[in-house]
Amino acid sequence: MAECHPVGFQWVMAAKARGAKIIHIDPRFTRTSAVSDLFVPIRAGSDIAFLGGLVNYVLRHGKEFREYVVAYTNAAALINEDFRDTEDLDGLFSGYDPEGHVYDHTSWAYQGAEAQALAGDPEDRTGGRRHQEAAQAEKRGSGGAPVSAKPDVDLTLEHPRCVFQILKRHYARYTPEMVEEICGVPAPKFLEVAEAITANSGRDRTTALCYAVGWTQHTVGVQYIRTASILQTLLGNIGRPGGGILALRGHASIQGSTDIPTLFNILPGYIPMPHARQHLDLASFVARDAGRTGFWGNMDAYTVSLLKAWWGEHATAENDFCFDYLPRLTGDHGTYDTVLRQINGECKGYFLVGENPAVGSANGKLQRLGLANLDWLVVRDLQMIESATFWRDGPEIETGELRTEEIGTEVFFLPAAAHTEKDGSFTNTQRLLQWHHKAVEPPGDARSDLWFYYHLGKLVRHKVRASPDPRDLPLQHLTWSYAEEGPLGEPSADSVLAEINGNGPDGPLSAYTELRTDGSTTCGCWIYCGVRAGGVNQAARRKPGQEQTWVAPEWGWAWPANRRIIYNRASADPAGRPWSERKKYIWWDASEGRWAGADVPDFEPTKPPDFTPEPGAKAQHALAGDDPFIMQTDGKAWLFAPAGLADGPLPTHYEPLESPYSNPLYSQQVNPAMQRYEHPANPYNGSAFPYVVTTYRLTEHHTAGGMSRTLPYLSELQPEFFCEVSPELATERGLEHLGWATIITSRTAIEARVLVTRRMKPLRMGGQVVHQVGLPYHWGPNGLSMGDAANDILGVAADPNVHIQESKAATCDIRPGRRPRGQAMLDLVEEYRRRG
Amino acid sequence: MGVRQWLRSWPVIRQITGDDPSGRGNAVRSAATERTAPRTAHADSVTRSICPYCAVGCGQRVFVQDGRVTQIEGDPDSPISRGRLCPKGSASKQLVTSPSRVTKVLYRRPYGTDWEELDLGQAMDMIAERVLATRAATWQQRDEDGLTLRRTLGFASLGGATLDNEENYLMKKLYTALGAVQIENQARI
Repeated sequence: MAECHPVGFQWVMAAKARGAKIIHIDPRFTRTSAVSDLFVPIRAGSDIAFLGGLVNYVLRHGKEFREYVVAYTNAAALINEDFRDTEDLDGLFSGYDPEGHVYDHTSWAYQGAEAQALAGDPEDRTGGRRHQEAAQAEKRGSGGAPVSAKPDVDLTLEHPRCVFQILKRHYARYTPEMVEEICGVPAPKFLEVAEAITANSGRDRTTALCYAVGWTQHTVGVQYIRTASILQTLLGNIGRPGGGILALRGHASIQGSTDIPTLFNILPGYIPMPHARQHLDLASFVARDAGRTGFWGNMDAYTVSLLKAWWGEHATAENDFCFDYLPRLTGDHGTYDTVLRQINGECKGYFLVGENPAVGSANGKLQRLGLANLDWLVVRDLQMIESATFWRDGPEIETGELRTEEIGTEVFFLPAAAHTEKDGSFTNTQRLLQWHHKAVEPPGDARSDLWFYYHLGKLVRHKVRASPDPRDLPLQHLTWSYAEEGPLGEPSADSVLAEINGNGPDGPLSAYTELRTDGSTTCGCWIYCGVRAGGVNQAARRKPGQEQTWVAPEWGWAWPANRRIIYNRASADPAGRPWSERKKYIWWDASEGRWAGADVPDFEPTKPPDFTPEPGAKAQHALAGDDPFIMQTDGKAWLFAPAGLADGPLPTHYEPLESPYSNPLYSQQVNPAMQRYEHPANPYNGSAFPYVVTTYRLTEHHTAGGMSRTLPYLSELQPEFFCEVSPELATERGLEHLGWATIITSRTAIEARVLVTRRMKPLRMGGQVVHQVGLPYHWGPNGLSMGDAANDILGVAADPNVHIQESKAATCDIRPGRRPRGQAMLDLVEEYRRRG
Repeated sequence: MGVRQWLRSWPVIRQITGDDPSGRGNAVRSAATERTAPRTAHADSVTRSICPYCAVGCGQRVFVQDGRVTQIEGDPDSPISRGRLCPKGSASKQLVTSPSRVTKVLYRRPYGTDWEELDLGQAMDMIAERVLATRAATWQQRDEDGLTLRRTLGFASLGGATLDNEENYLMKKLYTALGAVQIENQARI
């Protein structure tokens, strides 16, 4: 965190100054480790074993926050008697189809509540490959998968089929000794962490977990986060000040680009993209959600309001509010699937908008082969990035695999405007929208992306204005009038924000609870409704922090409803009293008849703690006054996920796809549901690669480098690509400090300067010594500071829930000296492939 | 200036005889020092902004003089960053004023070996033409069972995590109306 989010880390240091204990768990020693109380080096790819060990420690020693767990989680729920755990089936859960590599979720359901499978389609209970590929698990970005009713419960948590007991059995073998064997963390060190975390959780204290999104880059990435969620929920650390699981995301608006998604599988506000087989019309699209319990029960209002925002007067109740204008998914249309379609010629055009996949995505060769097979490519960026110049200086030109004169891709490079040259909002990693104002005009032909898409839309709409083809109706009927400003005809970002916020009969809306199903409201993104409450840009609020409470509710605007800590009803006990004076945050004020506190309550403001829903109640009305997790159908935090995940209801340790080690827990070596991308340019490593390799960032550079390798200050601070190895590995392989090394996988070989450092520590895993190679992934052949791209050596295999690639744990070989050039380079890689 | 006065003005004498024995304050100031001022002092305007690198969201103040960004500093009012910026945020003036920024539309024709300049308006029109032509050539109205698809897999888009919410919104809206579904960004990487 000190390395990649240095200014956010000031708060960790402030906590330390007030007595907090800081623990850092990472394969490499960083600036964070340097100032932590305890540094725990770990083998890349083993985190579920470590976190599972903590869960086991909590359960074995009765360290859970019992009252919180009983009241606010599904620990008491009974699970279907057909359920079988990985402990019963040697690494598989019940319902696995070994041919399709998918799970049927039926047996994971609550007893007494018919859990809906991932697909939500009773005839397609497995979800099928098709459905799994459409990343339907991810669409619940704002709440869990639906279950249709509350389960049977045993509040004593003693029933052998209750979640709590299942959890106990599932993690029983994740002992300190097993953690040592899998993670390379000595048992006493692990116990020090376990004792510190449990001692610092409960009524009076909370523990926060911070992770950077390297956690997501595994074939079990979603289950990494799930394990952290289970641990934090057992300890009562969710929805309370000082608690939580904080995802430290790496781009200024990567949260915003998920909320208002440039993602294939969702529409704004985590509404799923319709699927061809299930969503024939609006009724079947909302059927599963409309009227179900929890706030997702209003999904029909959110959807209709979005359709009204996009197709205006043309969207009416009679024509399903133009639901039929939405394109349909049939499977995985994610970025790696797209690259394979580019290579096979199906996908012919590509827009790259502030993104540099030739350096930043796993298996750069795959990316560049895709780029080289396009008809046309539009690149919008500040600087001349590698993804725009692959045709003249990409690594494949050097090896002779591609020739400039034979690449037919037509490339348009359109210079982009910088953040100082446009108005707009970023959503930071805490869901906080902050407006940035334009300071100067962009230079030359540079334009904002708002300008580009607005004017492209105008041009396209003009060209099809008289088209009789029904496929052009969504364009012809699209609402596309934004105020143009200034000499460049820049569309007003504020008018776009106004559309996102939404309007009703009385003008700008102030909360998503005002959205209706009858077409009387418009809203471009329901979770952002209220960002322009009262017609005022709330994201531009800048009341100085010093003049506010520590929650600072008048700086920017957080979704939803300006709530700064989500699920904060859980900061009070079931009766609505703070768990302790020290951790007071939101509580029930009986005299006022409403929730009060430092933040906006993440709960209906006047629903009392003793409220019990009427039988058959819908949406939020079905949740009781002590159901704090209001996006869940049952209002509870899920220790066990009875539906919604492609690879199991509980996290289980599997080895990374590429690992030199066997899984000590089960004969099932890897995630049985992982997604592989079969292509000759994407071979997976065999046994010829004895070392673990992981990638990471440096303070002085930014992701694929387009915004940092081009700057003199930053290039001077980190001038060259390097690899980090331990002195022991250096001796074993004859690597010289400041010399060159070649790092090889079955994809390709890259060269880097050698940094021999004790920061990389050999770990002892059972009887084996683990050597890890660390690679910062910022470099490429362009810019002021140049080097090979670390991502070039990685293969593409993905998490089955969200299709994110495993780029944080792989295998490699390393040897001294520079890599060969031309054909000799291909020969070297070929030799390794032959060896396995 | 007399000799005595000249000697007295010598910094080392001022350091020994004055109130600045460590030589880090008044003793080492000169007339030249007095003539300097931070470039922020002459700014025509100061614009409130947010750092464009990671997702912490530090506040920035952008100083502008004669229509050019002259300095970017941390915003002390921000309850997130309290005026601090990291090395990247501190270097962001170089990001926006970099001499290697591309400011002209560049075009590489198929099988071409070099860039050519292209008029922005012409480029926009060419791109619009290609989008519509590719879409028409790859349109899928229905699947093999007659179910609605209403889409194209003929073109794709990658990017958004570095952009504004309003930009992502127009992208998703326009692409969806065009029937394009392969819309992705860094959040999946």
